Amino acid sequence: MHFSGYRVLAEALRGGKGWRPFWRKAAPADEYDAIIIGGGGHGLATAYYLAREHGLNRIAVLEKGWVGSGNVGRNTTIVRATYMIPGNQEFYSASLKMWETLAQDLNFNLMYSPRGLLQLFHSDGQRDAFARRGNAMLIQGDDAQLLDREGLRRLVPYLDYEQSRYPVHGALLHPRGGTVRHDAVAWAYARAADARGVDIIENCEVTGFDITQGRVTGVQTTRGAIRAPRIGMAVAGRSGQLVARAGFRLPVESHILQAFVTEGLKPFVHHVISYGMGHFYISQSDKGGLVFGGDIDFYPSYAQRGNLPMAEHVMEAAMTLMPAIGRARVLRNWGGIMDMTPDGSPIIDQSPVAGLYLNTGWNYGGFKAIPASGLSFAHLIATGAPHPLARRYRLDRFATGAVLDEEGTGATHHLH
Amino acid sequence: MRLTCPLCGARDRREFTWVGAAALRARPAPGGDFVAWAHERENPAGPLDELWLHSAGCGALLCGTRDTVTHAAAPLTLAGGER
Repeated sequence: MHFSGYRVLAEALRGGKGWRPFWRKAAPADEYDAIIIGGGGHGLATAYYLAREHGLNRIAVLEKGWVGSGNVGRNTTIVRATYMIPGNQEFYSASLKMWETLAQDLNFNLMYSPRGLLQLFHSDGQRDAFARRGNAMLIQGDDAQLLDREGLRRLVPYLDYEQSRYPVHGALLHPRGGTVRHDAVAWAYARAADARGVDIIENCEVTGFDITQGRVTGVQTTRGAIRAPRIGMAVAGRSGQLVARAGFRLPVESHILQAFVTEGLKPFVHHVISYGMGHFYISQSDKGGLVFGGDIDFYPSYAQRGNLPMAEHVMEAAMTLMPAIGRARVLRNWGGIMDMTPDGSPIIDQSPVAGLYLNTGWNYGGFKAIPASGLSFAHLIATGAPHPLARRYRLDRFATGAVLDEEGTGATHHLH
Repeated sequence: MRLTCPLCGARDRREFTWVGAAALRARPAPGGDFVAWAHERENPAGPLDELWLHSAGCGALLCGTRDTVTHAAAPLTLAGGER
């Protein structure tokens, strides 16, 4: 079913009777060419690109809950370019370019909104560092613009510029950064994959791997055994538990990252604002809710809910930066469980078990990475060789020392 | 979340800094597998043996078991043992 303005109009005139489910309720077959474990953004994108770019016919996505029930629905929906870390910068640049045309590619309204992302700075030294950061983004082919205080004030007049803690001196504007409707991403990839014959099998948890002489031959699931010579894992915060069933460990600890949404307000935050000094960032959803978050809780957790100290910290940062939102009521908050690697960057690589491939370690940038991650992971699974975009996302980089130090704290578990 | 320091009693989580999984204490001998020791983790969903520093309290390095699903934490003990 092709979506279009005409289609919406036609369906409106006949009471919406022609709408059909986005994907089939597939039952597992005995054997596939490739199995993707995890029906979130990364897993569904991988299945779609496996079918589209590599022509695999028999692909299954196994999801233990329902499509989009994991971290693709539990994030703050921000997309942007990164900077100054070779290996990450070109990957996220490519991902941002894919976001820009993804709605057309998938024929699905993703509510892609390049509203501009503002990174605030608070001193002369930080301004110079952000100027360098912006130049790096320009050189890599993305966009950036340095705003002084008055330039920023014209865009966002409601910040507390004179705050005593971190007076706002200006911001680096990344005009192409913005937000995407996160649930729609999962639905769009699921629908597009299904249209290319991918079996999307929900309520099907992988309970074990069949491994013969160091090579994976299939999986055991709650819906029976399924054979496949190639199996890709894209299970967000559960990677450590799943690989334990395959008999090895990952350089990953599961951490919790909280986010908050207020009641719907009239539009007034027209950008994504990142207040790095306060570990705080905010945007306003199309529904009107303010969506904001902070840093991780700094201890491993699978609880899917955070503790009060970080929630308080985020609220305090919000009040420091934007006192205007003090009366807005928080409707809900949640904690996403993420795979935190020692260097804060992901892993897209072969595993120690032949035929079993890893897509893990998404923490700070998992949502914005979805298109490029799916493309790269599909390439790895289909060809056995890393995609040029993801060639540095190696599992062995902590042994070789070729780490991608996303947080600037070194490859150390407990520092981020 | 509150943690119980053997010297100071039950205190708010804010007073403590998470140091790492207790597996860090089993430092390998020279020539051993330092990559696994430094980076690879069991990362359980359930009881985790871990180290906490009572950084805004008495400064002691503490160890104990906490459930990573429920956040229920047993009282901590001195990582260096009783003197």
